[in-house]
Amino acid sequence: MKISLGRRYHFAASHRLHNPKWSTEVNRELYGKCNSPHGHGHNYVLEVAFTGPVATETGMIANLKELDPFVEREVIEAFDHKYLNEEVPEFRSVVPTTENLAREVFRRLRDFPGAKLQRVRIEETSKNSFEFLGEDAGSYRHGRRSQISGEKQVPHPHPQEPRLGSG
Amino acid sequence: MIRITRKVEFSAAHFYHNPSLSVEENWRVFGKSNNPHGHGHNYVLEVTVAGEPDADTGMVLDLKELKEILQREVVDRMDHRHLNYEVPELAGQIPTCENIAAVIWDLLEPKIRQGRLDRVRLYESPDLFAECTADGAAPGGRGKEADRE
Repeated sequence: MKISLGRRYHFAASHRLHNPKWSTEVNRELYGKCNSPHGHGHNYVLEVAFTGPVATETGMIANLKELDPFVEREVIEAFDHKYLNEEVPEFRSVVPTTENLAREVFRRLRDFPGAKLQRVRIEETSKNSFEFLGEDAGSYRHGRRSQISGEKQVPHPHPQEPRLGSG
Repeated sequence: MIRITRKVEFSAAHFYHNPSLSVEENWRVFGKSNNPHGHGHNYVLEVTVAGEPDADTGMVLDLKELKEILQREVVDRMDHRHLNYEVPELAGQIPTCENIAAVIWDLLEPKIRQGRLDRVRLYESPDLFAECTADGAAPGGRGKEADRE
């Protein structure tokens, strides 16, 4: 049996999905409403899970008195009530889909001392969630609870590019 | 392979205190959870059993049977109890979410006779949970079927 500790955090941020390598039309076709020029926002829910030995002295994998300030400092302060495209340096060159957001959050949290980051899962809305288990795990896992009615599947204009997803 | 999940809730009191630490160290490590009068939570427990559906019943495990196991092994033991004093399986342990989840895993595993216990997730609040998974299971309790989504 393996054991992990899960913790959820909340932040609100705005973003715009747009890749400057592509034309206005391609961006609009691929990203739809998410390409709206002034950006839009979400109440994101961040779920993190850590593994490691349960310390006999504390009964804990990670002490929330240490974990909460770490996540607050590394992620929440950087993302909450920000425009991700412009106010988080990593997203000046990477499209801030929630896939990429999950990967960036993982990078920021992986050095938490005392416990091993197992996974990062971000709910962009109550219907979309994105999960990243680290580069070693190979791939994203992407869960969508229901298909939005009438949503079109847009073929990827540049198949060789990493999939950028929706949001 | 199919996973089935049943959810139950129980309410209990606890506090965190390690008698080998000083008063000041206990407060430093555990903060307000160290309040000796205790405090309480509405715990939410999700239990997942994995297996192949039986050809005759179409079930991995009768959810009614799982409900009875959860009632007997967990709810009857822990609901409206003080976890520091009234649950012998937790004696000598600090009743953190991690330790309670591990105790629940050990209580349930031998009782599941159809399928096998795959995951125990115990929420202390909507934003804090501990999760036990079977060795070899995917983190988060989802496996290859999630990859196909």
